[in-house]
Amino acid sequence: MDRFIQVLVDGWATGSLYGALAVAVVLIYRATGIVNFAQGELAMFSTFIAWGLMQAGLPLGLAVLATLALSFVGGMLIERVIIRPVEGGEVLTLVIVTLGLYILVNSLAGWIWGFGNRAFPSLFGDGSFDVAGAAVPYESIGIVVVLIALVAILFAVFQRTKVGLAMRAVAMNPESSRLHGISVGRTLMIGWGVASLVGALAGVLIAPRLFLDVNFMGAVLIYSFAAATLGGFDSPLGALIGGWIVGIAEGLAGTYVDFIGSDLKILVPLTVILVVLLIRPTGLFGSAEVARA
Amino acid sequence: MVALLTLALLASGCGRSDEGGGGGGGGGGSDPGITDKEIKLGGSYPFSGPASAYRAIADGAKAQFDFVNSKGGVDGRKISFQTLDDAYEPPKAVANARRLVEQEQVFALFNTLGTPNNLAIWDYLNQQKVPQAFVATGASSWGADVASHPYTTGWQPNYVTEAKIYADYLKKNKENAKVAVLYQNDGFGKDLLGGFEGAIEGSGVQVVAKESYEVTDPTITSQIRKLAGSGADTFLNITTPKFSALAIATIAKSDWKPLHILNNVGASKTLVLKPVGFENAKGIISTTYFKDPDSPEWADDEAMKEYKDNVKKFEPRANPSDSFTAYGWTAAATMVKALDDMKEPTRDALMDSIRSMDTEIPMLLPGINVKMDGESDGYPIEAMQIMEFDGENWKLQGDVIEAAAQDE
Amino acid sequence: MSAKRLRPAAWGVVVLLAVLLPFFFNAYRVGQFTQAAALAIAVLGLNLLVGYSGQISLGHGAFFALGAYASAISITDLGVPYLLTLPIAGAVCALAGFLLGLPALRLRGLYLALVTLGVAIATPQIIKRADGLTGGTQGMSLDKITAPAWSGLADDQWLYFVTLAVAALMFVVAGFLVRGRVGRALVAIRDNEIAARTMGVDLARFKIGVFAVSAMYAGVGGALFTISIGFLAPESFPLALSFAFLAAIVVGGLATIGGALFGALFIEFVPVYAADVDEALAGVIYGGVLILFMYLLPGGVMGLVRRISSTKATPRGTDDAQAGAGHRLGGGAADAGAARERVRAQ
Repeated sequence: MDRFIQVLVDGWATGSLYGALAVAVVLIYRATGIVNFAQGELAMFSTFIAWGLMQAGLPLGLAVLATLALSFVGGMLIERVIIRPVEGGEVLTLVIVTLGLYILVNSLAGWIWGFGNRAFPSLFGDGSFDVAGAAVPYESIGIVVVLIALVAILFAVFQRTKVGLAMRAVAMNPESSRLHGISVGRTLMIGWGVASLVGALAGVLIAPRLFLDVNFMGAVLIYSFAAATLGGFDSPLGALIGGWIVGIAEGLAGTYVDFIGSDLKILVPLTVILVVLLIRPTGLFGSAEVARA
Repeated sequence: MVALLTLALLASGCGRSDEGGGGGGGGGGSDPGITDKEIKLGGSYPFSGPASAYRAIADGAKAQFDFVNSKGGVDGRKISFQTLDDAYEPPKAVANARRLVEQEQVFALFNTLGTPNNLAIWDYLNQQKVPQAFVATGASSWGADVASHPYTTGWQPNYVTEAKIYADYLKKNKENAKVAVLYQNDGFGKDLLGGFEGAIEGSGVQVVAKESYEVTDPTITSQIRKLAGSGADTFLNITTPKFSALAIATIAKSDWKPLHILNNVGASKTLVLKPVGFENAKGIISTTYFKDPDSPEWADDEAMKEYKDNVKKFEPRANPSDSFTAYGWTAAATMVKALDDMKEPTRDALMDSIRSMDTEIPMLLPGINVKMDGESDGYPIEAMQIMEFDGENWKLQGDVIEAAAQDE
Repeated sequence: MSAKRLRPAAWGVVVLLAVLLPFFFNAYRVGQFTQAAALAIAVLGLNLLVGYSGQISLGHGAFFALGAYASAISITDLGVPYLLTLPIAGAVCALAGFLLGLPALRLRGLYLALVTLGVAIATPQIIKRADGLTGGTQGMSLDKITAPAWSGLADDQWLYFVTLAVAALMFVVAGFLVRGRVGRALVAIRDNEIAARTMGVDLARFKIGVFAVSAMYAGVGGALFTISIGFLAPESFPLALSFAFLAAIVVGGLATIGGALFGALFIEFVPVYAADVDEALAGVIYGGVLILFMYLLPGGVMGLVRRISSTKATPRGTDDAQAGAGHRLGGGAADAGAARERVRAQ
């Protein structure tokens, strides 16, 4: 029983990491209607900036805040300089641009910081406490609290502010948004900025657990896609819950189903997702698409 | 216009020259890639993709060759070392090998990295009779059947040798050890695991649990939990640096306190132990065969000073404390020695020189030599020394241990 | 020259260049072109699926791998001559594509993308698990293909022509397919499913069918690629391969036949040249070139070709399939994009 609870706790902790990046993936999708392949790499780059600031003597908290600010600006710049020229064209063209950005950013980070592994300190300390015989790290609690707060803020922004309304309108239909007097370009820039900020936050939350190197987000990105898909792709809360389901399903499969084994445990969350999607083709929390003939 | 374009395109082709490619070799005269002034070597490494941390090996090797060139080269021949990126993908390694042989016309391939990548090119290189010298992988395949692939040799102690040394250590120090194994699900992990299981047969040491991971896994928490739950008192950690660090960190946070044996690939102080925190690595057992650039034990060693000075001088972007850099430097030193002992400037002569080596390389641990013997011994380095991490540094334990991959 | 006459002329030049090419380059370069031709088949398959039918797959690397292994196992274990393994690889992959096409009936856009991505992720592990058949992590080596004496060609030239011939056949078949009734039905489905159904198009049949055909192309490409490389292992088929295919169809031009050729050349050659310029910054250069390419040629190489030929002659009607090659990688927003694209085309 202890072990079962421990597996659940581990899966939930790991799933929170997937969920963190998934929220950023969902944000870009909501803001611009595309999947950003470079999301993980941009988060990695931000995390390295935080690391660099700490090397320069800044305390952790300040370094993270500065990184979030820089990432917000950086995200807006990327939208303006790299994304804008292909905005409004084929969606796939845009997706390939983000793929190019993925390759570019990964290589650039390696060139600047090298390919080695390094430690990244946790915002929440190292200890853990005991729940029903399972060790629950403070860090995991911290991550979840931050993420839930984030999701709440995002919900408020999207539903209650003008900027949020504009973002939703632009993602749904840029043409009519423009006719309604919304500055589409500015809205998209803010969308990228916010998503980069959230990505950077995900990076500094994940790095203490996985160590910081130029490839540390590669594997997480795939799982966060899975989490976002399960959650319905346009719901930040769905992304977080999707992450938990993926993490827990994977942990349970790896621990209790012997014939599956560690090598194929990835299939379990994927199967769960497939089944969910076959029943609900737009994920758990996704809004249904209305087809207009 | 179309015709003009066609002509222009064809003219830009360099013209077909079938001769002088890789083939030939063999007796008399000199082979492609070697002149009185120059020896061209080539290698394929993962400069991009998930295995890019290994690029430090190429940096170390280049520093060694540049250093030798600055002293006048080998018999007046300057070594040029052309490296190509394969992203750790076998098809790209094949394309690189063909390019190095057929287009760049190198004399030999040196130190190409990765088990699958070297498996992908070894048939081709042996058909072309191009040396595939001192590959950067410890698979036991490289020396198992010299006759079938005479142009291919390993360099580092192979994984079976390493596994035997761990088995011996346990038999002597913990004869009823119950071992839990974490291994990478590829040729490297399975080779070491298989060697270990073979070596403990008939002893009190037994493997009670084993779990694999994929290099694409983000975490290995569930594997470690499962191993911890097996009741094992010993943990054999067959992982590459990133996962070595994850495993040590996960165990440090749990209440499982096994005797921790970490394989050589993951025993880098800079890449693994420092990020995890030295206090979490105290008591870990591993093996080594070359001098640790990060240990004060060798700070005043002549070979170490030469290494560090020249890496700084010739590859300023490389990190001399990274054990992969030292690996590349030392492997390249072995190559320089082999080229130096070559009786004539041919590929076959290079292989003769390599296969009859019995030499000391300054950066290897005292008592560990590069020794090969024709077809009967295809493994260059077959000795290692146990080391234990004392919370600050790796401390060598006991004597150098010889362990042949194949029993006589 | 009118567009109608230009097209055969352009293809004539391509074929002429392709035939002359192995006599002007060394064996390594010829090998690269052989691999590009094999990749082009797989890229074409993906373009049929994505460009023409508007479905998405991030898992074509898995079909590529399946075809490669089907061919390698047939050669090694069953002693089948290598050319005859191509239909085997194609058939195995068509079946697999059919099976993956079933959930595709219900899923679209991102959700389909993830399911296919999952297949690509699991592929290396499944290959390792089936080690009795696939050689597991040790991989499989294939014997070198030798040219028959009557051909008078070097081995690499022979293999190049074999691959080229198969590729040419596959391109011609695809060309007929998309220009006929099938192509019109696919484009109708892509542009408006509801309308297509109203017009009597059997959605299920076409959507699953195109998945199967697309997978078959990827499988044949994978088999030829592996025969030319001579070795395959789980590491030969990373996730990056599936993404490269996706990049290739966009670089070449969505919903075009000829685009696959340019896309394949791009993913085969540009990374190599990028690394030659600067090893340490290879990824920066490759990623940068890819982005720049999208700026300059958002419609891909064939988009440019069309623009040039349409300024010379009839402005449109050469290939209505291109207009609004919207696809659904982005759910609602993508549809909006597609709608915009259609508006612009009118």
